[in-house]
Amino acid sequence: MIVADKKPIEEIIEEIKDYNKILILGCNECVTVCEAGGKKEVGILASALRMYFLNQGKEMKIDERTLERQCDNEYLEEIRDIADEYDAILSLACGVGVQFTAERYHSVPVYPGVNTCFLGATEERGLWTERCQACGQCILAYTGGICPVSRCAKRLLNGPCGGSSNGKCEINKELDCAWQLIIDRLKELDRLDDYEKIFPLKDWSTDRAGGPRKVVREDVKL
Amino acid sequence: MSVKTPSKLEKILRAGHLGVTSECGPPRGSDPEAIKEKAELIRNHVDAINITDNQTSVTRLCSLASCIHLKLMGVEPVLQMVTRDRNRIALQSDILGAASFDIHNMLCLSGDHQSFGDCPQGQNVHDLDSMQLIQLVRRMRDEGKFLGGDDIKRPPKIFVGAAANPFADPFEIRVPRLAKKIAAGVEFIQTQCIYNLDKFEEWMKLARDRGLHEKVFILAGMTPMKSAGMARYMKNRVPGMDVPDEVIKRLSGVPKEKQPEEGINICVEAIQRLKEVEGVSGFHIMAIEWEEKVPEIAERSGLYPRPVVEG
Repeated sequence: MIVADKKPIEEIIEEIKDYNKILILGCNECVTVCEAGGKKEVGILASALRMYFLNQGKEMKIDERTLERQCDNEYLEEIRDIADEYDAILSLACGVGVQFTAERYHSVPVYPGVNTCFLGATEERGLWTERCQACGQCILAYTGGICPVSRCAKRLLNGPCGGSSNGKCEINKELDCAWQLIIDRLKELDRLDDYEKIFPLKDWSTDRAGGPRKVVREDVKL
Repeated sequence: MSVKTPSKLEKILRAGHLGVTSECGPPRGSDPEAIKEKAELIRNHVDAINITDNQTSVTRLCSLASCIHLKLMGVEPVLQMVTRDRNRIALQSDILGAASFDIHNMLCLSGDHQSFGDCPQGQNVHDLDSMQLIQLVRRMRDEGKFLGGDDIKRPPKIFVGAAANPFADPFEIRVPRLAKKIAAGVEFIQTQCIYNLDKFEEWMKLARDRGLHEKVFILAGMTPMKSAGMARYMKNRVPGMDVPDEVIKRLSGVPKEKQPEEGINICVEAIQRLKEVEGVSGFHIMAIEWEEKVPEIAERSGLYPRPVVEG
């Protein structure tokens, strides 16, 4: 999923303080799972902001709404009738949802309420970690199912570097060395010989480097 | 193995002599005198001098320009190049730039992570890794081709080196990793600073078991300790460094003013021991901000005078 983290409320206040009527728009997908922008967080943020502006003696109407998805036109249409009533929309969706909402509703400014962090997984409640950088050319078949692009701080395709120590990365003792994990896994799979195969230069044109990407699927187009 | 480049270091190693290299960090400013002074101190005691490439990710005068200063002094440089700061266009371009000044040695590295340096908020590049950089230089030299396939007019003639850290984890892949760098085309290795001699000898034995010592020149990395404090810092704070407690104990065992001398003693003794290890082809003496001690270390270790080869 796309993992996001809440923006500091001070930053959000700075974004919206000059408006009088705000819609806080949550998303029921990834940001709900990572507890940054679902219905619950919309409610908590709305209460906190109401309290803040009340204390400031400012009249501020804050409404709450959470859509099934903000990255989907079908669900974004659900606010068609009400969007224009607001001075601004504060979207708690990921960067995709914020942009898609803004593209849909030209006349209303849309502000982000979360920082979109990475593609990751829930390791345990309250701990999300990165697993993928969407490089567009998956190499997990060759690395024992562990991704060095997203999990090695230098995205080495032929790691580990000399900074791997006791299974941890040189930049942070809490961080697993991806190449230690790869080697452990290859060993478990009895494939350690694969370690000596030199991984060729990666084609990064399918990554960010190639410019904004798209997937076109003629077979599923309506 | 026949000589493939005009590198003096290569000629010395291929002639069977123990090679000696050292290393200078460029200044944090544009005055080249710092680099020239350091080089002047050691030029007669080493075969070539590495110039570090923004080591520990702290911004400095660039390695290539520093190497040119050495070259103009008649000192042989080893251009260190990290993949952290350059994409494949810049790497190839800088390699050609070096070759245009007849810089004939290069050390291919990934580089310390930028979080250690003065620009922790910067991007890192890592378009290639060190293994692939080795392949790139060999391709440019041996095939005379750019990555894109076009011919290079006057291809670079560069003796290709890389680093090896026998002490990083996991230990079991340290020799396979060396084999991998050899397969990529590396010709000489400069190792991480060696303090744990037993572990280094174990690594060398495993390398010999696979015949790797006959395929690459291994220069053992040596850094004299200035103090017990430095030893403790290296042990605890420098990633991938193996400093046994005996070393710290030995340095702590002498008065503070005698510790630098003891550090040199430890270094000289280590070189003398490792000279006898089959497959050790020389020494890379990194006296960090202590370059003036390199001549003494070389002389006391029996590495001076340096051999003269036809150039």
